[in-house]
Amino acid sequence: MWDSTVGKKAVMATSGLVMIAYLVVHMAANAKIFLGAAGFDAYAHWLRVMGEPVLHREWGLWIARVVLLASVVAHGVSAYQLSRRDIKARPTGYVHKKPRATYATRTMRWGGVILGLFIVWHILDLTTGTVHSGFEEGKPYSNVVDTFSTWYGNVIYITAMLAMGLHVRHGLWSAAQTLGVGSRVRDRSLKAVANGLALVLTVGFISVPVGVMTGVVS
Amino acid sequence: MKLTLRVWRQQNADAPGAMSTYEVDGISKDMSFLEMLDTLNEELIVKGDDPVAFDHDCREGICGACSLVINGDAHGPERTTTCQLHMRSFKDGDTIDIEPWRAAAFPVVKDLVVDRTAFDRIIQSGGYISAPTGSAPDAHATPVPKPDADFAFEHAECIGCGACVAACPNGSAMLFTSAKVNHLNVLPQGAPERESRVLDMVGQMDHEGFGGCTLTGECATACPKGIPLFSITHMNKEWLRANRKDKRTAS
Repeated sequence: MWDSTVGKKAVMATSGLVMIAYLVVHMAANAKIFLGAAGFDAYAHWLRVMGEPVLHREWGLWIARVVLLASVVAHGVSAYQLSRRDIKARPTGYVHKKPRATYATRTMRWGGVILGLFIVWHILDLTTGTVHSGFEEGKPYSNVVDTFSTWYGNVIYITAMLAMGLHVRHGLWSAAQTLGVGSRVRDRSLKAVANGLALVLTVGFISVPVGVMTGVVS
Repeated sequence: MKLTLRVWRQQNADAPGAMSTYEVDGISKDMSFLEMLDTLNEELIVKGDDPVAFDHDCREGICGACSLVINGDAHGPERTTTCQLHMRSFKDGDTIDIEPWRAAAFPVVKDLVVDRTAFDRIIQSGGYISAPTGSAPDAHATPVPKPDADFAFEHAECIGCGACVAACPNGSAMLFTSAKVNHLNVLPQGAPERESRVLDMVGQMDHEGFGGCTLTGECATACPKGIPLFSITHMNKEWLRANRKDKRTAS
């Protein structure tokens, strides 16, 4: 599996789908912020006790974190190795250059790097609070409002979410091709699902900083 | 027509190359692109210069010998082979950039000629079927469902020119390999090697130093024979299936 370009792509596709599934849940859960501080904070608390009493406190959360970390690492490592290979396969470029492929397709690599950096910042900002002065443990609602009350918090987040939307747009459709489920007959619906989900995710995530900026969430 | 040509000139595989500029006059709109290059070469020979080396054979669009990246497009602006591209696709006074296929697995031999034997080695690794020798089998001995026959024919159209590799930003040979794999894998005649074929051909493709697929779709856009992008999807499916069965032949 791992020693083939097709196998590595399958690893990328699978790990990408895991992350997209997570994004859907994450985006839907974020929307709870519009229902007020109590509900949002209670949901954040539930994340720590989910699965009880079968699971111990925070076990469910840590299982999710381990699965996601494994997905990010597998996705990133295969992307890096495949990209290195791709660049080596065209050592001399063309003198006559043409703009090619869609914007989403051409920005997959840099978009991925942006997303990787964003995830680090996002965790340091809203999970550990390391880069967040005024961070209060156990008060996610006010922490979110606090982050999106700064111009840089909004710029970083919105830029990353636009990159995420473009990445999902090409990535979801590509994953279907890589895993062999695409076809001429299914292509219209597959593209619609990929573009639609990318749009819903982007709008859904960006609605939170926009909500804070417009005072709907405060 | 009067044209300015900027052509990649390279003495041999080890020499550095560069774009050289030439003026050609008296080009008819009915000439093929290769006939236009013939005209240039006749002038160069008369002047005592080295003619531009380029690959060509049948000049009917069926052999896959001709190549050339013309103004950044593999086989030029029309969706056909370079030999079937006519000068009516250009305007009087145009400047045309002519470059060889660019890929690590297709080293330049001279000027616009590249070495495409990497494709031959991919074919050798699995692009064949096991067939009994002796008298030809009866034509209807092996029934092939019509959709399968159509699918096989669509992929059998690949002439192995390498435009897919030239157009791909990753120099990937996935479209070529998938056309060859799908062509045989869908047919009952290709069934005995169905798993080993896709595993070995993809393995050889990787070994030759072609890049991976990022589904930009450039290959299918450039393909003069219209091999669809879903050919790659189908090969991925075959590869994953074969990988599960893991019937790799000891070769």
